[in-house]
Amino acid sequence: MAITNEYIQQKLTEKFGDAVYNFEENYGMLSFETPKENNLKLMQYLQDEPSLGFGFLTDLCGVNYPDNKGRELAVVYHLHNLQENVRIRFKVFTSIEHPDVFTASKLYAAADWMERETYDFYGVNFIGHPNLKRILNVDEMDYFPLRKEYPLEDQTRIDKDDEMFGRG
Amino acid sequence: MNEHHIILPEGSIEKHTTTLNLGPTHPATHGVFQNIMELDGERVVSSEQTVGYIHRAFEKIAERRPLYQITPLTDRLNYCSSPINNMGWHLTCEKLLGVKTPKRVDYLRVIIMELSRIADHLICNSIVGVDSGAFTGFLYVMQYRELIYEIFEEVCGSRLTTNIGRIGGFERNFSNTAFTKLEKFLKEYPVALGELESLLKRNRIFMDRTIGGGPISAERALNYGFTGPNLRAAGVDYDVRVHSPYSSYEDFDFTIPVGKTGDNYDRFLVRNEEMWQSMHIIKQAYQKIQEFKGEEAEVYHANVPEYYLPKKEDVYTKMEALIWHFKIIMGEVDMPKGEVYHSVEGGNGELGFYLISDGGRTPFRLHFRRPCFIYYQAYPEMVKGSMLSDAILTMSSLNLIAGEMDA
Repeated sequence: MAITNEYIQQKLTEKFGDAVYNFEENYGMLSFETPKENNLKLMQYLQDEPSLGFGFLTDLCGVNYPDNKGRELAVVYHLHNLQENVRIRFKVFTSIEHPDVFTASKLYAAADWMERETYDFYGVNFIGHPNLKRILNVDEMDYFPLRKEYPLEDQTRIDKDDEMFGRG
Repeated sequence: MNEHHIILPEGSIEKHTTTLNLGPTHPATHGVFQNIMELDGERVVSSEQTVGYIHRAFEKIAERRPLYQITPLTDRLNYCSSPINNMGWHLTCEKLLGVKTPKRVDYLRVIIMELSRIADHLICNSIVGVDSGAFTGFLYVMQYRELIYEIFEEVCGSRLTTNIGRIGGFERNFSNTAFTKLEKFLKEYPVALGELESLLKRNRIFMDRTIGGGPISAERALNYGFTGPNLRAAGVDYDVRVHSPYSSYEDFDFTIPVGKTGDNYDRFLVRNEEMWQSMHIIKQAYQKIQEFKGEEAEVYHANVPEYYLPKKEDVYTKMEALIWHFKIIMGEVDMPKGEVYHSVEGGNGELGFYLISDGGRTPFRLHFRRPCFIYYQAYPEMVKGSMLSDAILTMSSLNLIAGEMDA
């Protein structure tokens, strides 16, 4: 029996009650939220429960919602059940002052670098990560560049000397 | 450094291992990768990789660009098979915008994608040959990659970083020259592929070098998030083209080769067989395209004027095209709100695009799931205990592309 989004939602609500919420279906993919304390329990359950079997971590990335007070940062997990070919997405939100989220690297070896990347760009502190340091940016960097507070350079600025690049 | 490193006081004479800094610009690494290896004689005790040397902040840049300007950024991910990245991006946008493409566009896209898959695997496999001591094969097959690039050039005007196609289809129809070149390729390439295969496949030296080198079990590969040929070489038959068909892949008949041991030799075999399968798909797609008659045979884009950039001649001569051109370029057409994840089977595995739109002109957030970046994590585990020269071979057989890794 192919598992449907309704079935997943029902199973998760049975198990976690109020700790899974905001279910929606985006272009066929079920997505929902969970409190950040719950992320490991949820992933463990999704992996271990035989009728769900989400054993493959497709993607893990961060998102910054600057207008979302107290929930500025989100970590987005994409999980995949390869046998049934069903994907789900869930998010955990955290405040930008205390961006602490439990690491998934014990469950999925793949999460190791993806969490480092998320730390690198958003400053999410993954508790329990074996080697949480910058990965794509230089170690000396002292800010988290993909946060919305760092805009790209204003393309209309005129104070820059671009002569060497043929734009002077 | 991990727990396997032997930590001794500085200047200690008791250290029995050698620390070797391999890369970032070493001729054997085929790209900008750094590996700090701890060697016991010639055996790798442990290694730690550094990535990010060509990080270009595409995800940040994309937050400032309208959809059609992001296509050139995707070129530079896996630059050995840029058209697949371009198509993956167009398909993501089309999913978000709800654009349905005509069958002929799908088939043309399939031809382009499979050609680039061949170009990608061809480089990887011949480089595995080079690293095990056979330079000839690499040099010989490059002229067949050239045939592929000539087709790309004919279709979109560029060769490596193609920026091919637009949201909704292609920028122009395939010319007759393009089809002639495709026919030439279909005729000449199988011979060369057969030669490359017979040069390496049952070659005693090659087999001794690659069998058992850099193995990974299916279980570990899944845990490490492997996809694509590297996962299939470990024995898991996961292919995005079959699992979640896009661009009408469900209309084609092809098989997915799987390996057993996940070692360098199996990866070589899987890629080799995939090239034959790609040829098979291209032939079918070309046949299907020839079956279109009349007006249908001229279709090369979907009828979505609000997203598809019109032809330049039309912009100069037709009022409506000028209006749409203006609206698209000046950002008057907003995209719908939503979150979409779409993936395609890239040269290295599942290339995913996670796009969050808040209804504006540019993405709110765009994340690339780069298969290379994810599976390169497994490298220390795969080379532990192997010879240094086999570690080099493992690196090339994983088909690591620095551009894709660093985004």
